Amino acid sequence: MANNKITIKDTELYYSDFHALKNINMDIVENEITAFIGPSGCGKSTLLKSLNRMNDLVEGCKITGDIRLDGEDIYGDMDINMLRKRVGMVFQRPNPFPMSVYDNIAYGPRTHGIKSRIALDEIVENSLRGAAAWDDFKDRLKQSALGLSGGQQQRLCIARAIAVEPEVLLMDEPTSALDPISTGKIEELVQELKDKYTVVIVTHNMQQAARISDVTAFFLLGELIEKGKTDQIFSVPQDKRTEDYITGRFG
Amino acid sequence: MKKTSVVRKIFKPGFLPRFFVKGGALITLAVILTIVIYILVNGIPNLNSKLFAWEYNSENVSMMPAIVNTVAMVVVTLLMSVPIGIGAAVYMVEYVKKGSKLAKIIKLATQTLAGVPSIVYGLFGALFFVKYLSLQLSILSGCLTLGIMILPIVMETTEEALRMVPVSYKEGSLALGATRVQTIFKVMLRPATPGILSAVIIAVGRIVGESAALVFTAGTIAKPMASMLNSGRSLSVHMYVLSGEGLYIKQTYATATVLMLLVLILNGISSLIARKLEKNTTTEE
Repeated sequence: MANNKITIKDTELYYSDFHALKNINMDIVENEITAFIGPSGCGKSTLLKSLNRMNDLVEGCKITGDIRLDGEDIYGDMDINMLRKRVGMVFQRPNPFPMSVYDNIAYGPRTHGIKSRIALDEIVENSLRGAAAWDDFKDRLKQSALGLSGGQQQRLCIARAIAVEPEVLLMDEPTSALDPISTGKIEELVQELKDKYTVVIVTHNMQQAARISDVTAFFLLGELIEKGKTDQIFSVPQDKRTEDYITGRFG
Repeated sequence: MKKTSVVRKIFKPGFLPRFFVKGGALITLAVILTIVIYILVNGIPNLNSKLFAWEYNSENVSMMPAIVNTVAMVVVTLLMSVPIGIGAAVYMVEYVKKGSKLAKIIKLATQTLAGVPSIVYGLFGALFFVKYLSLQLSILSGCLTLGIMILPIVMETTEEALRMVPVSYKEGSLALGATRVQTIFKVMLRPATPGILSAVIIAVGRIVGESAALVFTAGTIAKPMASMLNSGRSLSVHMYVLSGEGLYIKQTYATATVLMLLVLILNGISSLIARKLEKNTTTEE
């Protein structure tokens, strides 16, 4: 059962001169929710973005080490677009494209060559159902996505991400721009998603990590301090710094 | 009593800046209105069907050939220049490394090109396209010259429009596994289209209004073009020639009226398209 979906070994990352990740070693288990926590600038988002190579967009970013998806080196021969299809991402701020709800969700499948209207209709419906948003959206598929509220936009972005049938979903503080009710809905949704996907979520909100994740990893100044079962991390942390952070003594 | 209140008004904070900006706006408006009204008043009474005869002769001084040539030149020049300009802009925004030598050279070149007077383009076109490439005085030579002339406008404006597109669109697209080319075409160029169209509007204005660069490249033959390799005059050149002869001042004003209308129509079409596209990309409801 406990299959390692992603393995990260001896990974170092530099933004020009800044040493952002220091010797990271960890495994991410299939069909579990892994939460990355830690204060701002600790490298948690950076590590997340290394998993689908979004850091490649950052000029001056250099990464060494070994990150594997199902045993395949993602910085090796793997096609970067295939990697990103397999490892989807939901961003901190909802970023729907300036087009209709339908076209937003169909965007991914279309770029991967699906043209049939029937197939696309089905994908759109299934993705929205998967994101628990079908009932809200079924009557407004033709509307511009930019007119939706923040919470709706974020659920749309989740639907858009699962429309390409990824294996892993990376979520970069997906609720930090949302109100509490929308946040609650997204959290519920994330827990449903783990049946089908491996979820890695970065969060500033420790209660959120405690509520929804199976495994929590705590980062500080570019280092992985501690990783373990979420209930253990939050009840009996092994490292003093983890304890200080989760009890709110800094960060 | 009255005097002091005026003085007080002038020294009220904010009065002077307001006076100058409002004054500037009003003067601009007045200048434009004066020109437009002057041309209309002198032009409209002189419009008659003879001026729109298909065949030009020195009797009717028809502007029909020039209208046909002008529209053709606008279309051909845009078709040549806009794709290249957009391509160059995409390259500058998406492909070139920030601060690279090549980017700096391209930037410098376009900025220089944008400042070159049109007569210089005309002379270059005459030497290069007309003579060296043996295209003769032709619509094609004219369009090529105009194409080079509007390239910097198209490129710079497109570049700006592309830089305004939120990075989050690009990230969202790439994160779905779309390629860079798909991302550029599907989520970056579309929101940039209104900006690109405003570049096209400015470019159309320059093409329609150009005479100096065309006299030496497209020539002044007053026939509707039969092919791209025929010489032909545009409306502006037509006006230039007519007014130069000194005998057809009335007809020149009539031509100016039509030229103005043509620009207005072309701008109207472009901004209509722009508004439609903007609606599609940013509607709230």
